[in-house]
Amino acid sequence: MDTAVMVDEANIKGTPDASAAGPASKRIVVAYGFWIFLLSDVVMFSALFASYAVLVRATADGPAGDELFNQMSVAIETACLLASSYTCGLMSLAVNARRSAVVYLFAVVTFVLGAAFLNLEIHEFAAMIARGATPQRSAFLSAFFTLVGCHGLHVTAGLVWLAVMMAQVAIKGFRPNIERRLLCFALFWHTLDIVWVWLFTVVYLMGVRS
Amino acid sequence: MSDTRFDRAPGDSPASSRTESKALSDVGIYTIGLALAVALTAISFWVANTSLLWAPGVLLGLAVLAIAQMGVHLVFFLHITTGPDSTNNVLALALGVLIVVLVAAGSIFIMANLSETMMPPPDLMTMPMRH
Repeated sequence: MDTAVMVDEANIKGTPDASAAGPASKRIVVAYGFWIFLLSDVVMFSALFASYAVLVRATADGPAGDELFNQMSVAIETACLLASSYTCGLMSLAVNARRSAVVYLFAVVTFVLGAAFLNLEIHEFAAMIARGATPQRSAFLSAFFTLVGCHGLHVTAGLVWLAVMMAQVAIKGFRPNIERRLLCFALFWHTLDIVWVWLFTVVYLMGVRS
Repeated sequence: MSDTRFDRAPGDSPASSRTESKALSDVGIYTIGLALAVALTAISFWVANTSLLWAPGVLLGLAVLAIAQMGVHLVFFLHITTGPDSTNNVLALALGVLIVVLVAAGSIFIMANLSETMMPPPDLMTMPMRH
């Protein structure tokens, strides 16, 4: 009803309606398309979450989650990713204000925090594999490494993307297409943080409880 | 031609494209989001480790906290709002959430039901799900 009122008011003011106004700006189309992709990515993660939830008790007499997970390192990983999401948001604001020095500063902070997260996760995986908790050990561990490893691969891809974007900003400056890519990167990075919220809740915290 | 008729791009904050004088600056929005997310994360970790709470309710409580934190991230970091210029973004998100819920809850429900009806006889109970 609100929308209908707005449309009526707009027509009175003489602005063309959506069909007459032509296609939306490229920034809106690109970001919306990337938003659809991210949602499909989240749907893929939901399948991995579902298989993890189904297989979490299938430990085949191997180690279970509560003996493997170190909550302290999970808390630090969460803090790193959350802080990098925040600095990524501040980077988006600096991009909108076209302040390149601030953009570089927050990009470096975001990159370092993301790399610290990845470093902790790789150490965690290495420690698990060193004590025999490999993906081949049980269905639970297969599902665990697939789910958490897939998120880790996304973070790795995000770090590469961020580095490439900084090179593009340095060489090409704030062109409209570079700004669209930076907007997509911010969407990607924030979405990864949402996936991590579910990861630490479902895998680590619920795993310690049960 | 004004572009107010179009939807806002997901991730674009409403304040940057609209009125200049807002009650909250863009940095303030991100900072509130960070504070709320940190608080919810800390509560999640506390809930998982405390023995003060009724144990069977903890899993549900953790799920509720995760949903709340997801909402905080969507509103304060991704700037998904209820405004008319964000309708398409919200609709796409709603479809995504629907499929996620169907896949996750459906798999868990079906597989739990299956393992219940396929419960092995008592002498096999000592070796469940060995592969």
